Amino acid sequence: MADLEKLYTAVLEGDAKTSAALTTQALAEGADPMSLITGAMVPAMDEAGRRFEAEDYFVPELLLAARSMKASMVLIRPLLVASGAKSLGRVAVGTVKGDLHDIGKNLVASMLEGGGFDVIDLGADVPPEKFIEAVKDKGAQVVCLSALLTVTMPAMKTTIEALKAAGVRDSIKILVGGAPVTAQYATEIGADGFGENANSAVALTRQMLGTGN
Amino acid sequence: MATLTTSSLSRQAVRDALSHRQPSRLPVDFGATSVTGIHVTCVSVLRDYYGLDQHPVKVHEPYQMLGMIEDDLKQAMGIDTEGLFRRDTMFGFPNENWKPWNFNGLEVLIGGGFNTTIDAKGDTLVYPQGDMTAKPSGRLPKGGFFFDTIVRQDHFDEAHLNPEDNLEEFAELTDAEAAVIAEDARAARATGRAVVAGLGGTAFGDIALVPAPGMKDPRGIRDIAEWYMSTTSRRDYIHSIFSRQCEIALRNLEKVRAAAGDDLDVLFLCGTDFGTQTSTFCSVGTFRNLYLPYYKQICGWIHRNTDWKCFKHSCGAVDRFIEPMIESGFDILNPVQCSATGMEPEHLKATYGDRITFWGGGVDTQRTLPFGTPSEVREQVLRRCEVFATNGGFVFNSIHNVQAGTPVVNIVAMLDAVREFNGR
Repeated sequence: MADLEKLYTAVLEGDAKTSAALTTQALAEGADPMSLITGAMVPAMDEAGRRFEAEDYFVPELLLAARSMKASMVLIRPLLVASGAKSLGRVAVGTVKGDLHDIGKNLVASMLEGGGFDVIDLGADVPPEKFIEAVKDKGAQVVCLSALLTVTMPAMKTTIEALKAAGVRDSIKILVGGAPVTAQYATEIGADGFGENANSAVALTRQMLGTGN
Repeated sequence: MATLTTSSLSRQAVRDALSHRQPSRLPVDFGATSVTGIHVTCVSVLRDYYGLDQHPVKVHEPYQMLGMIEDDLKQAMGIDTEGLFRRDTMFGFPNENWKPWNFNGLEVLIGGGFNTTIDAKGDTLVYPQGDMTAKPSGRLPKGGFFFDTIVRQDHFDEAHLNPEDNLEEFAELTDAEAAVIAEDARAARATGRAVVAGLGGTAFGDIALVPAPGMKDPRGIRDIAEWYMSTTSRRDYIHSIFSRQCEIALRNLEKVRAAAGDDLDVLFLCGTDFGTQTSTFCSVGTFRNLYLPYYKQICGWIHRNTDWKCFKHSCGAVDRFIEPMIESGFDILNPVQCSATGMEPEHLKATYGDRITFWGGGVDTQRTLPFGTPSEVREQVLRRCEVFATNGGFVFNSIHNVQAGTPVVNIVAMLDAVREFNGR
């Protein structure tokens, strides 16, 4: 019987070694991989996000929780794929062209993954055609665009325009975020939402895909 | 076309402002530090606007591609400060033997040790200390405006982490280096402007410096996310680094005081960012535990032994950190990011204005300056000056460096608005 409580605590407290050990043990004992996600990963990352919103957690604690979650997910994911289990939805995440900053983007990707989504991480300095490819060829339902620099924010607009020109804009939802980005800017460039931080990006994705709060 | 003029009153205006006395006019800084500068492309168009001699602008800070603001442009812009920099750049090569470089179609000059290659994506890679046998330490995306550090994180053994590995970039000044500082300080003092020195070694955990872009083979914790996590999960290790770094810095401060003491007015000590757009990177408790003890030692030594003022840079929503920053001994906060949560000018001035100088905050560089109209720039500058300038405690600067692509008419509107304010 998997000890979901201990696994939850290990993820939340950023103890990657314990997360991996508990996951290995649980899977060896025949635990349902999906139950580890729904019973430990998702609530732990939700709580990490809640603490971040409440300013009990900051970027270091969130990074540690994300790393612990990943240490478990790397063990769980192959079994999920083999079993054909479905995720809550597929999300492509990337920092836009010309911008190399990826900590915020990585946190969003981790929080989404920990929230039960299938994440396509396109990396940083991502040209519009890569986002189009993620939608057309890999079935991304939501596209998250990140930018840290004032001078690279316009690349969000050109990416959205490229998605429109490729004929896929209306079939997806687009979220934007990053230090200089505002809700007003998101509206101006035709995005569907603005994620003020990683936690709100997850909440917005859930809302847009109708998968919870 | 009207130009601003500087005068021998520059230094006095800055010193009055820093002492919370009403200066004869609001002092202005552009270019005295690596966080109050102007992108090289904008420096070039400003020279053109003011009708100055047209020649390739020197990139004195290649990481952010900041252009050198020469004396004629300083006079035209009405700048009251003079920067004193380390001769080595962020990428470890000295600012000497200037050579031409074509930057996105603009001919600029850059240090002779700036050696680059172009990768398959068209990005420009720069090499630490100009050594092309080392791994590149910076990347300029094709068509981009700044370099970013390339993280070179070797695998490390948790059980054998050694703080000395993260201390290799902190060394005691040699007599020759101190002599150079003395010479540069004398030249800076002779300008009549307030001298702002950024000599390195006193930034604790500045995330731009953690990857050590000037080193050929950095060891220890050099990955940015790993460093952030270490401030929580390996706090003793970080304390060991900061403690030793502080010892070295205190010895270097003594050497700088002996070499250039009376020639300096301000020391730019630390650029570690504690704020994000809406929150902070750590709690106030972490600040007090991990950073404040070292800041107190540095600022305390400076106040006991010199007349220098202590300059702290931190972007973002740092309202709740200002009190402990004052307690640390900092005299100056930059860049005063008024667009961040809780950083409204009226609140900052009313709460802290008689105890810390706001060096920045003059105009928003995320929206207004690059994307607004000249009229919007003027209105914001005048409003900020009205709020911040009363009883000193304010040195005019934009919120961080003027970004590439900022219209020259907006930069001029900003400077004209300061002049208008000063003429009232």
